[in-house]
Amino acid sequence: MSPALDIERIKKDFPILRREIDGKRLVYLDSASSSQKPESVLEAIEHCYRTYYANIHRGVYTIAEEATRAFEAARARVATFINAPNARELVFVRNATEAINLVAYSWARSNLREGDVVVLSHMEHHANVVPWHMLAAERGIELRWIPLTADYRLDLDGLDALLDGASLLAVSAMSNVLGTINDIRFLADAAHAHDALILVDACQYVPHVATDVQAWDADFVAFSSHKMLGPSGIGALWARESLLDAMPPFLGGGEMINDVRLDGFTTNELPWKFEAGTPAIAEAVGFGAAVDYLERLGMDVVRDHEMRLTRYMLDALGARFPDTLTVYGPLDISMRGGAVSFLFDGIHAHDVSQVLDGDGVCVRAGHHCAKPLMRQLGVPATTRASAYVYNDEDDVDVLVESLARAERFFTG
Amino acid sequence: MPGLEDLYREIILDHYRSPRNRGELPVPPAHKVEGFNPLCGDEVVLYVDIDPASGTVRDLKIAGQGCSISQASTSMMSAAVKGKSIAEARRLIRAFKALMSIHESKLEGESDGSDLAADLEGVRLGDLEALQGVVKFPVRIKCATLGWNTLQQALDESEDTSQ
Repeated sequence: MSPALDIERIKKDFPILRREIDGKRLVYLDSASSSQKPESVLEAIEHCYRTYYANIHRGVYTIAEEATRAFEAARARVATFINAPNARELVFVRNATEAINLVAYSWARSNLREGDVVVLSHMEHHANVVPWHMLAAERGIELRWIPLTADYRLDLDGLDALLDGASLLAVSAMSNVLGTINDIRFLADAAHAHDALILVDACQYVPHVATDVQAWDADFVAFSSHKMLGPSGIGALWARESLLDAMPPFLGGGEMINDVRLDGFTTNELPWKFEAGTPAIAEAVGFGAAVDYLERLGMDVVRDHEMRLTRYMLDALGARFPDTLTVYGPLDISMRGGAVSFLFDGIHAHDVSQVLDGDGVCVRAGHHCAKPLMRQLGVPATTRASAYVYNDEDDVDVLVESLARAERFFTG
Repeated sequence: MPGLEDLYREIILDHYRSPRNRGELPVPPAHKVEGFNPLCGDEVVLYVDIDPASGTVRDLKIAGQGCSISQASTSMMSAAVKGKSIAEARRLIRAFKALMSIHESKLEGESDGSDLAADLEGVRLGDLEALQGVVKFPVRIKCATLGWNTLQQALDESEDTSQ
């Protein structure tokens, strides 16, 4: 087993964790929604704005060259982080949602016709549902759904039938509600055996588990900076170079062109062909710094830490609320990430999180942008606690005590 | 920060634990209308039976699920409007939304402050005033108004179909 993370030291790297809410220590357990930022990321962004900020790929002056170098260096670091074969395949976008929409608009609209099939799963986030609904309404494509097993995994018994004649399998690598980790290599092999491509929503996975898009044999991979210690407003689409080459541009404008004439335009090389307009420059630099921070910790160590902490959380919830609390997600730690969704009998998730807020505990309550999944589970909402590198057993203990207070308050 | 007691008054918890008028009504004659809070997934299903002769809300039943605030508010609403005329029900809706609208009206641009006093004037909200504490928790205002907006939709639709 890898060495344990020094959480006490890590907590000091995150200035926001020094904040108090009504005199109570901030206990941040909503990283599956968005993560907090370490000093090194904040410094990288500020350093960019204070010392070398300028538009990129344009000016010939010193700071413009420095900004361009920093932006492209960040791209290279993010590409390496997911073991992309080369940085040309790493397109900066606003977030994973935009990455998936880019594929839906560019690749899907130039390749899919009426009756073509896209396969999704019941555990997808709305970001990987609604773009396909929109395409179905516009093009008449058929959507098929991989159902769930009773223990919150993808039910793969009917996978071959679902993939028969399909053009794309679009699936999450880790559920933002259940925490379930899906076997992407297996799914990619199955999709490819049916001549379908695979798009991986890796938004919850990349921040928490060492990611290798080549080992996955994936075709498209989407993820966001803000969930992995980086700033909001930037994310990435990785795709095979041959696919990106053949795809038409998504947004038109500056930067994405090679030449523009009165009668038309030619596109820039990869990846800039997909990056119209001035991008999020300082955010890209911050994204690179976030990847550096995670690599210094070591993603295997991060994963070990989260497995230990998630085990601790599941055990603590089970021990304290054996009869009144239901966890929605796998209990086998090797098959799940750190997002733990749960519900008290007869107490709504919103009411629970209201009590928790009074104790400085930040969790998410609601449908987690996964309403099809919530319907499958038969609940309107769950409370979700999700841990990251800056959380420890103390945080979980505060959560459990606060939950006990919520239960007393409402069942009185 | 306002305390939990500001939000969860005893009468609210009472309606949450023992909701009034739970159930369904045959459609037709009742109108069935669903209301959603897209932020949290809460869902209110109202069955509203209107007597066209007298123009009154003859019966009203509530299904769906949600948090204590949305459920209690809808339960209290059902007790307040059952047996009342449609005009009275609409007045209550306006008054309750005025009570909640210190934040919401600004967001939706529905009305300015001067209308609020007029909407509240002469309307007895009674127990419903217990929900006033919700205003201190802006995120929860949508929970409190969900059932009322759904009732408004039901009244609008029933008028449309009867015309």
